[in-house]
Amino acid sequence: MQRLVELVLLLIVLTNFMVLGTSRLSTCIRAIAFQGLLLGLLPPLLHRSLAVYTVALALSAIAVKAIILPRFLQWAIREASVRREIEPRIGFVASLLLGAVAVAVAFGTAQQLPLPDRGGSLAVAVSLATVICGLIVLTSRARALTQVVGYLMLENGVYLFGLTQAARVPFLVELGMLLDVFVGVFIMGIVVFHINREFDSLSDTDLTELSER
Amino acid sequence: MILPALILLPFLGALGAYVHRQAAYRTAWLVIIAVLHTALVGETWVARPDPILGGWIAVDALGLLVLTTVSGLFLVTAIYTVGYLRREDPRGGRAFVSCLLAFLGSASLVSLSHHLGSLWVGMESTTLSVAPLVFHRHDRRSLEAVWKYLVISSVAIALALLGMFFLATAQFSPVDTGRSLVLEDLLDHAPHLNPAWLKAAAVFLLVGFGTKLGLAPMHTWKPDTYGEAPSLVSGLMAGALVSCAFLGIARMVQVTLAAALGDFVRPLLIGFGLVSLAVAAAFLLGQRDVKRLLAYSSVEHVGLLVLGLGLSGVGAYGAVLHVINNAAAKGFMFLAVGNVVLALGTSIAGELRGLVRTLPVSGTLLLIGLLALTGSPPFGSFLSMFIILRAAVDGHPWVAATTALLLAISFVGMAAMILEMTHGAGAADERGQQPGTKAPIRESAWLIAGPVALAAVTLLLGVYLPASLQQALSEAAVSLGGVVP
Repeated sequence: MQRLVELVLLLIVLTNFMVLGTSRLSTCIRAIAFQGLLLGLLPPLLHRSLAVYTVALALSAIAVKAIILPRFLQWAIREASVRREIEPRIGFVASLLLGAVAVAVAFGTAQQLPLPDRGGSLAVAVSLATVICGLIVLTSRARALTQVVGYLMLENGVYLFGLTQAARVPFLVELGMLLDVFVGVFIMGIVVFHINREFDSLSDTDLTELSER
Repeated sequence: MILPALILLPFLGALGAYVHRQAAYRTAWLVIIAVLHTALVGETWVARPDPILGGWIAVDALGLLVLTTVSGLFLVTAIYTVGYLRREDPRGGRAFVSCLLAFLGSASLVSLSHHLGSLWVGMESTTLSVAPLVFHRHDRRSLEAVWKYLVISSVAIALALLGMFFLATAQFSPVDTGRSLVLEDLLDHAPHLNPAWLKAAAVFLLVGFGTKLGLAPMHTWKPDTYGEAPSLVSGLMAGALVSCAFLGIARMVQVTLAAALGDFVRPLLIGFGLVSLAVAAAFLLGQRDVKRLLAYSSVEHVGLLVLGLGLSGVGAYGAVLHVINNAAAKGFMFLAVGNVVLALGTSIAGELRGLVRTLPVSGTLLLIGLLALTGSPPFGSFLSMFIILRAAVDGHPWVAATTALLLAISFVGMAAMILEMTHGAGAADERGQQPGTKAPIRESAWLIAGPVALAAVTLLLGVYLPASLQQALSEAAVSLGGVVP
């Protein structure tokens, strides 16, 4: 079981790099959907049980993170007919390198923050790495849609950390979490839709009218 | 029954307002709910209700002060909205009133939550309920503002959630540390919390809620959002939303102080406070738009709030008092600017001259607001800013000196623009292009009653603090590790 958990966590890190290193939006979305699926597999593996609560957690994560949201994003890129990221503020190779640094930093930090009960520090490290990679995508990409993918990565990292605590912390927190992902992207999606209708482009690079002169 | 009513009433009101087809019903409904909510808050002052839901929802002095601030400001804004909706038809129509009421419900949830998870849920829903209100004009600038606001505050709220998880992890210990994330249990068992996780939690909560509060350098959404949102929404954000975010940080401070980590968190708070004051001072000079000017003034005031918390001692008392003063002063200032925009169609200072003649009431309010916001006696903010400065003089003379200098620079920036707007006789008169610069414009009673009442409150708080308010302030200050001046 432990091996399987480690494999899943490793794959999550790899999906982060897939998002960081690609310019194709559809690859980004597929990677984030795969990451959602992996997160959905984790609750039964981590808690070694098939209790109703664990299964419900797994199924809801898969439904929202691996199916609904990616579908929604796919629909958005079709609507807006955007395929590729336009030259990002930080290049793809540079982002990959930054991602590697992020993973190193995350593992170093996780060493400082041991979980008191068992050696769950790998999950902590991967969750921090995913949060940082999400922030990198959010700040370095120009397309509004890619930024949404970055936000989803960030949320996935937070969710992964929540999973390590799911046995102790009441479920309300995880519910709030899913709600957050859902509503956040739902509203962002509406705005993306407006950007699309208004300017025929989902880039926010030219949304600079408000910067300080 | 009062506690559930305080939270549920606005949400039910939001649903009710959405069902109504006629605009007049909806606004009447808005005012009725706001009045009922304020009445319930008044009832809470008379006798504090017992906690419900196993202590998840409860009233303490700090929460009650924030709740009262939010409720009072909302009532004023609701009355203003009646006048506003007669003149303007914001996008979304029916949703406008519902979003306002949903905001009131979420802010009440934040104020009354003693479970930090539900506090977070409340904070998240304030973000969601405000976003549609910002996007009221269907144009590029408004779109950019709402996009920035959504992205930055969603990230902030996600980081705050991670902070909450860290806090729950800090409770993980061989010794019993009570129910997870319930404030009372956290405070009772604080010495057993894991310090490494607690520090990590403090940093993430400070950055997350600090972004909602608009501390520099996470303030970048603030001028854009306040500048583009309808003035009454900006006022509500600068007054009520800021108070809620302050409460989030204050809860974090309570827990870290109880765990004897004051030496870790205080320098962080002082640092963020000073950076915010410095950034505000720099950008207050040379602004062109009065709403953006007020946004930077808000950055200045939230800087003062965390500075007060960080200085501790009498600073905590000053900070809590300043929450009320800031909300009242920012509230009426934004509403007065809203009147100017409704009458003359712009908030660019260069196109506005001699407002004390054109719009006698709103123009005078702008002038009073300038004094109140810059902490001039005899206004309430003079008292709270003075207490915060005194706390700085007591232990950190260089902090006091820097703060005083930055406040002076901010005063110059604010005064330059506002005095020009109210008293300047610009070239616009000769060109004759400015409509209505000569004859005074009649101002609707709906639009001036609220701001005038708020201005009276700021003035009153400067000369007289009622005994019950003093007692609540002292209680709140002590819970934040402060002392009563």
